[in-house]
Amino acid sequence: MNFATIGENIVKLTVKYWDKFLLVGMGYTLSLAAITVVVGAVLGSLLALLRMSKFPPFRWIAAVYTEIIRGTPMLLQLYLFYFALPQLIPFLNRKQYLCVAIALVCNSAAYVSEIIRSGIQAVDIGQTEAARSLGLSAGQTMTEIILPQAIKNILPALGNEFIMIVKDTSLASTFFIGDLMTQCLLIKGTTYLTMEPLIMVAVVYFVLTFILTKLLGAFERRLRRGDIR
Amino acid sequence: MATFDKLIEVKDLKKYYNGEAIKALDGVSVDINKGDVMVIIGPSGSGKSTFLRSLNLLEVPTSGAIIFEGVDITQKKGPDGKKLNIDLHRQKMGMVFQHFNLFPHKTILQNMTLAPMKVKGVPQAEAEAKALELLDRVGLKDRAGAYPIQLSGGQKQRVAIVRALAMEPDVMLFDEPTSALDPEMVGEVLDVMKRLARNGMTMVVVTHEMGFAREVGNRVLFMDEGRLLEEGTPDQIFNHPQNPRLQDFLSKVL
Repeated sequence: MNFATIGENIVKLTVKYWDKFLLVGMGYTLSLAAITVVVGAVLGSLLALLRMSKFPPFRWIAAVYTEIIRGTPMLLQLYLFYFALPQLIPFLNRKQYLCVAIALVCNSAAYVSEIIRSGIQAVDIGQTEAARSLGLSAGQTMTEIILPQAIKNILPALGNEFIMIVKDTSLASTFFIGDLMTQCLLIKGTTYLTMEPLIMVAVVYFVLTFILTKLLGAFERRLRRGDIR
Repeated sequence: MATFDKLIEVKDLKKYYNGEAIKALDGVSVDINKGDVMVIIGPSGSGKSTFLRSLNLLEVPTSGAIIFEGVDITQKKGPDGKKLNIDLHRQKMGMVFQHFNLFPHKTILQNMTLAPMKVKGVPQAEAEAKALELLDRVGLKDRAGAYPIQLSGGQKQRVAIVRALAMEPDVMLFDEPTSALDPEMVGEVLDVMKRLARNGMTMVVVTHEMGFAREVGNRVLFMDEGRLLEEGTPDQIFNHPQNPRLQDFLSKVL
């Protein structure tokens, strides 16, 4: 391996393909991650509600779903959704991006529901008892007492989930949906260079997650500041 | 002090866990009258906390009845045939916990006004005026804007007491209110409770503070293994205990 040549090639590729990476690739990656985390959070919240429902069949459905999603590889889920969804729903035929997004959302919802559930259950049971002993209803206890405290457990974990998803979207390149990793594979295919595009995309992913981690850290410190006062 | 008006009638209360494997309460019957200061003593695991927590259904008893102001609150349906709303009855039973359980994300004032405003619909200004008056009574008016984390244990427990009082309950339940406190803070909390008792509040107190039981209680109950083994005036219980288990218990704690 000639490092000087690799360095030279990276500069050349960057000049030639920067828009593929920074605009197209990152656009797909970030939009996919954003859709996944937002829709995943909504569905995950619903799933968490089911999981904590008083009605046992709801709990079972949510538990089975969560366990299956968490117990099978994400790549496998992507394949299943990618090939099965268009057959079940003709509308999704040749809509690869949508199929992949749905798969990521379904995956993320399971993890988010666990984040929310554990965030709520981490609030001391004494808080519920105190609220109920004062005459607050179960619903008032949840909205006034439990959720405001649970949110401090949930938000940082959701941020971590977002960073995980940003990286997990690279799996979508299996179906060439246009994300960063897809761009890397395309450049690799047209230039017959292997190391250079891989190193380039690694740098982009790293910078992306590094920035997100730092932003999240600042956000967490702000949340915690509320506890000290 | 006692007027012998029954406020709470407890009939054959049982609480079992794991089928019948663990009998936390094994048939407790007692009447609590208006103005009573009933102190429940007993060793750890004797069921005294379970008994207290059953009174407002934080623990749902396996069987038995709790008739509070004429309504059996253990039933699914109230006397009017509609679904019994336990929240309505809990409003009238204040509860103070060992670990205070103040709401950490709310100020002291918000802790106190939350339930009156949300549950009873008291206007904010009125609720706050009442809360400040109560805080003044326990010497904490100047801490109204503070958050629970800024208070000492004794201050937190005094706030917890007046938070319960803000709902104007008919009875106050105390679950080991001084057990989590540093020794030098026990006195300030007991003082508040003593004043409350003197003002005629009906109180049920689970405690290890024998001095409080002797001085303030008008009835003392001794529980062991989920049963009520002896009941009497403080003089009877502490100076002339009958049950050998009570004699043994007192020899260890006094």
